[in-house]
Amino acid sequence: MVLFLLQGLALAFVPPFRFRRLLQEINLIGVKSTLIVILTAAFTGMVLALQGYYTLKKYGSEGALGSAVALSLIREMGPVLTALMVSARAGSAVTAEIGIMRITEQLDALDTMAVNPMQYVVMPKLLAGLIAVPLLTAIFDVVGILGGYLIGVVLLGVSSGSYFSGMVQSVVPLDINGGIVKSLIFGLTIIMVASYKGFYTEHGAEGVSRATNQTVVLSAVLVLAWDYILTSFFM
Amino acid sequence: MIKIIDLHKSFNGQAVLDGINLEMPTGKITLVIGKSGVGKSVLLKHIIGLLKPDKGQVLLDDVDIAQLEGRQLQEIRKRFAVLFQGGALFDSLNVFENVAFPLREKTRLPEAEIQRRVLERLEQMNLSPEAGNKLPDELSGGMKKRVALARAMIQEPEIILFDEPVTGLDPPMSNTVFHLIKKTHEASNYTALVVAHDIPEVFQVADYVAMLHQGRIIAYCSPEEIQHHQDPVVQSFIKGEVDFLEA
Repeated sequence: MVLFLLQGLALAFVPPFRFRRLLQEINLIGVKSTLIVILTAAFTGMVLALQGYYTLKKYGSEGALGSAVALSLIREMGPVLTALMVSARAGSAVTAEIGIMRITEQLDALDTMAVNPMQYVVMPKLLAGLIAVPLLTAIFDVVGILGGYLIGVVLLGVSSGSYFSGMVQSVVPLDINGGIVKSLIFGLTIIMVASYKGFYTEHGAEGVSRATNQTVVLSAVLVLAWDYILTSFFM
Repeated sequence: MIKIIDLHKSFNGQAVLDGINLEMPTGKITLVIGKSGVGKSVLLKHIIGLLKPDKGQVLLDDVDIAQLEGRQLQEIRKRFAVLFQGGALFDSLNVFENVAFPLREKTRLPEAEIQRRVLERLEQMNLSPEAGNKLPDELSGGMKKRVALARAMIQEPEIILFDEPVTGLDPPMSNTVFHLIKKTHEASNYTALVVAHDIPEVFQVADYVAMLHQGRIIAYCSPEEIQHHQDPVVQSFIKGEVDFLEA
């Protein structure tokens, strides 16, 4: 699977450069996942604020709510939940699309037309994953912080100033960089698994169904495993 | 000329091709017949290099396609076109884009010229220009085959491989597709391999017929000769007799 990934990425540097295909894939993987990411982010931020408020209140530290929400989102929840959402929505779609292309001989047709299916189909998806997932993670973080604001400040009465000033003081560049690195690796992992499973689909419609299922499970497990490894690296 | 020499291929220890020897003369249509699952499509995939043989050669002008990889294989594939069993039209592209695809990918023709050639091919296949806007899943089986044939013909290849070109079509549409194959062959004189089991309709397009049975070519002759072939297996297949051993 790693060789598959390397081959796909290497083809990004070989002409023809497929900008139109890349934009189509950013739309499929990124733009079309925006709504589900916004919804997940809003509720995650709200829950974090609610849980955080009652925990911090016990110690008289409600003012630290902004930093607690922001750090949780930027370091962990944002990259991980965005990746899981993208894997469920776009990862499964990528596997199904490529798997159907395999069983209906569309990939063979590309081959026979002397068009490399890895370059035409897989490479734009890998690059799109690399571009879209970090952007979706940034959206997740911002919306999550606003969701936390809605509950913490508007509903529970934490002062707006302390919510944001605590955040500014506690979030350091390493937190943001860590979140970006995680989302880049998660994006690549999800699309690598999804493309690989689709590309090597066998046994008709049942095979596509099995491959789609494997994509969601395997990419979720890999995202969580990567999260642990990267967190220990950045701590 | 395409020459297949002693071609062997097994899957999971089961021999599918067991020493195939076959010649496809230049500018002629060679038909390969045989029961379903006998390995006709496997043979076709070896000719275009989609499968690698366990042993044997596929020679095109003395170049062994089975030994080619990467760019060399891509170069030789530019001389071929394949009409796949299900059409293999790209779902995300409409009919016009599907037919234009090889030109856009492999030539630097101006868009106006691409448009002219695509519309000309669609007309040749009795498809209206309006059909160009339809997506593959909006087409009937016969239309899909005709679009796939238009796509296969668009670059005027030297060699066309037809994998079950009329499977799933009703008799009138089958005859239409056979008529189109015959018409385009007369116009372009390409070398063709047709893999099919639609007897006797398919004989109308063939110059030579080869019968594949148990991994070997057991008969190779003209369509007229094969209909009077002495081999009982050939006769049984052509007459469509029930295979009691399989049944």
